[in-house]
Formats: sequence, structure tokens, C-alpha cells
Amino acid sequence: MASVDQEEGDAGREAGTDSQDRYDGAGSSSSSGSAKTAADGNRAGVGGMINPGRYGIERVAYWLMRLSGLGLLAYFIGHIYETSSILQGKMGWDEFLAITQTTEGHILLAIVIGMCVFHTVNGIRVMLGHGGVGVGRAARPDYPYIPASQNYRHKLGIYTAIVLAAIAMMYGLAVMFGV
Amino acid sequence: MALQAAAGQASAQQTGTQRTITLRIARSNPAHDSSTTGFDDFDVPYEKWTTVLDAILEVKKSLDHSVAVRYSCRQATCGSCGMMINGRPRLACFTKIDELNSSVITVEPLQNFPVIRDLAVGFDSLFENHREVRPYLDRENTELEGVPDGELKEYPQSPEELEQYIQFANCIKCGLCNAACPTMATDSSFLGPQALAQAYRYVGDSRDKGKDSRLKVIDDSHGIWRCHFAGSCSQVCPKGVDPAMGIQLLRGYMLGFGGGSGNNNQK
Ligand code: HEM
Ligand code: SF4
Ligand code: FES
Repeated sequence: MASVDQEEGDAGREAGTDSQDRYDGAGSSSSSGSAKTAADGNRAGVGGMINPGRYGIERVAYWLMRLSGLGLLAYFIGHIYETSSILQGKMGWDEFLAITQTTEGHILLAIVIGMCVFHTVNGIRVMLGHGGVGVGRAARPDYPYIPASQNYRHKLGIYTAIVLAAIAMMYGLAVMFGV
Repeated sequence: MALQAAAGQASAQQTGTQRTITLRIARSNPAHDSSTTGFDDFDVPYEKWTTVLDAILEVKKSLDHSVAVRYSCRQATCGSCGMMINGRPRLACFTKIDELNSSVITVEPLQNFPVIRDLAVGFDSLFENHREVRPYLDRENTELEGVPDGELKEYPQSPEELEQYIQFANCIKCGLCNAACPTMATDSSFLGPQALAQAYRYVGDSRDKGKDSRLKVIDDSHGIWRCHFAGSCSQVCPKGVDPAMGIQLLRGYMLGFGGGSGNNNQK
């Protein structure tokens, strides 16, 4: 610990940047630490970030949250564009609305419903978690070291979000296809 | 073409009591030649107690000495031997071949760290980020004024206060959490779960008085707010640190949620 006291944050960062540059074989001539160097090539990147398969349902939820957030954003933009057709009067509005009356339109809307429900319910779980709610208590760890933050409460939240999204989608499809 | 350890071990899998696996080792030497990257296969005999590190050392001993690997303690204490084992960050010395249930074991350098050679990665960024959160008890020097020479000053702590942070003090700086983290995968400036959990280790310590300066470091766009609570860090941590818990408790504390226990009873 004592040795750590000697080095303040910034000094440490600069020293490290230089030594990182050493690894890309270019010597220490480049001083920019942010540039993508060969040494940085082992960063998992977007593919590694997305990979939902390796780290349990929590990582899947993280991935679905991103996907649904971006999907909703895309829908939101499309939605503004769509509703702006009202400026062309009733004809333009009806014409545009007809798109949603096709089979593809129904399926698209059902996906939007699913994204909306999952994003909202999981979003509430994530916000609670971010506030330290339901993540367990600190305690002396014991083998086999099962992490308390990856607990049934949050798993239940994730599964609830998925199930509610599925129910909402099925209900939406039933209404739209008039079953 | 797979090389084989221990002459006479003709075929893979079961041969009498001795079993064999294929160890696929990622080879690269970026400083020397960034174009030659690939895998070398080795057939290695193993027992019920053989660890992945044992197998790698067996390769070094009898098949190919040039394989680069870093290790020291062989008992999950030094934090040197982290690597991707069948796609997941693990300690090579703490992972038995038997438990992987796979006839081929692929070992690659830890993700999100620069490769030095083969399985050895550079930990400069890990240690820098760790230093940045001021990982030591912060007290005023003036508190020691008036303490007679040769005498010690104690900062007493109750077992309950110890319980608040002892879990996070288990960290061996192996970097597995940073390798699993999805934010770390794309953001090279992110402090990472290791450093953030250590920030909580000191914020949660009743003896510490450096909370303000420490929180200033992590209250940054590449600091604590970049965590999405995907939890992968905690799933791979070999010491039960549960960095995701530390980060959420710390964030709860910073947001004033009350979910974070922080440490409100500083003396
Ligand atoms: C009540 C409704 C909503 C709640 C509770 C909610 C909650 C959240 C939360 C907590 C996050 C952060 C997730 C994380 O840290 O990984 C998030 C991200 C996001 N949300 Fe929402 N949200 C809602 C509605 C919306 C809507 C309507 C849109 C689109 C117009 C949207 C778009 C996004 C986007 C693009 C992200 C970023 C995704 C990411 O970085 O992973 N959200 N939301
Ligand atoms: S928190 Fe766990 S995984 Fe991360 S560096 Fe410390 S011991 Fe390793
Ligand atoms: S060799 Fe020390 S942790 Fe594996």
C-alpha cells in the first residue's frame, strides 16, 4: 500500500500510456493513448460486447435492453415521421396508416409492443439495481463464491420482463389479426 | 498437426487410466510480427486434479518451450494466470481440465488487455486504473501529531464495520472482471469493474476519510456511470469479490438512494 501513496492518478496514467505503446512495436514515439494500436487489438469490441451467450441471463438482459432501446428510438423517429403525414390532410394520414394494416405492419407493431414492455419493466429493474436495491449485502465470501448480486430477485425481474413482453405481444397480435 | 506429450500416448481420450485432451493455445507476438497469429494444438495427458496451467506447463516442459504464459503462485492468489479458457475468463491455475467437460480446451490471452505474447497480456491499464481510485486508507497526517515516538495509533473497527468491505478486499487484481465486462469491450477509457469495486472497498471502510477525493475520480463519464449492471464481472470473479455489487452499492450511495450502505459512521 505504501508504494501506492507515492503515485497520484495522472502520473500513473501517463507512465502507463507510454508502456502500452511499447507493446505495439512502434516504440514510444506515439504519445496518444486513445488511438487504436495493435496492442489494443485484443479488446473484445462490439462483437464481444453483444455476445449474449457466455455470462448468464443478466448479460442477455443487458443485450435486450440495448436492442430494445435502439429499436424504440428507431420506432420513435419513424413514428414522428408517420404522424407528420397529417399535414397532408386526411388522405395522406389514411394512406400512411394503411401500412400498419398489412401483415408485415402487424408483426412490426407486435415487436414494438414487445420492446416497449421489456424495456420498461427491465428498465425499472435496472434503475433499482443501479441504486443498490436488491443487489445483496456485503459479507465475508465463502467458496464457491456465488455472487450475491446475481440473485433470484434480479433474475425474477428479468424473466418477468420477458414474460410480460411475450404476453403483450401475443395480445397485440390477437387484436390486430382479429382472432 | 497436434503434438503429443508423453511418448506412447497414441490416441486422444481414454488410454487406460490416463486421459488426454487437446490443448489449443493461441500464439501471437504483436511486438515482433503482428501477422502471425493462430493456434497450436497439443495433446496433453491429464488426471482428475490437473489444472489448465499444469497442462500448459506440461506443453512448455516437453513439447514447445516457446509458449509464453505468466503465472506465479499456482493457487489463485497472485492473479497472474488469467486467460480466456474455452471463451470465458478464468484463472488457469484454478480451473481443472476435468470440470470443463470438453475434449478440446482453447486458451487465449485475456480479452480487453494488450497482448505481450501468446497468453501473456499487459496489465498496465489495470494497475493504473486501480491506482487512480486511491486504493489506500486516507487519513490526515495531523492525526499523528502528538503521538509519542515509538507508539502506535490505532483506528479501531467493529466486526460489523469490517463486514462492510472485507469481501471487496479479497481482490487479487487478476483482471478477469475487466475481461468479461461489456463496457470494457468497447471503451478503453472506462475505469473498469476492478477499480470501481476497489473504490467501494475504501469508501465502505469506516477508517477511511478520503471519500470526497475518491468519489471525484469515479464521478466521470468513463467512471461509475458507464456501468450497465450486466453482472458478467461478478460471474467470472474467482475470489467472490462480486464487483457488480460493489459498484451498485457505491452508485446507490452517490445517488443518495440509501441502497448503498456506504459508510456513514466515520469518526
Ligand atoms: C418507461 C419507459 C422507459 C424506461 C423505464 C427506460 C429505462 C431505461 C434505462 C434504465 C436505461 C439504461 C439501461 C442500461 O443502463 O443498460 C435505458 C436505456 C435506453 N433507453 Fe430507455 N426507458 C424507457 C423508455 C424508452 C423509450 C420510449 C426509448 C426510445 C425512444 C428509450 C430508449 C433508450 C435507449 C436508446 C437506451 C440506451 C440503450 C443502451 O445504452 O443500452 N427508452 N432505458
Ligand atoms: S474483482 Fe475479482 S475478477 Fe476482478 S480483479 Fe479482483 S479478484 Fe480478479
Ligand atoms: S498462478 Fe497465481 S493466480 Fe494463478
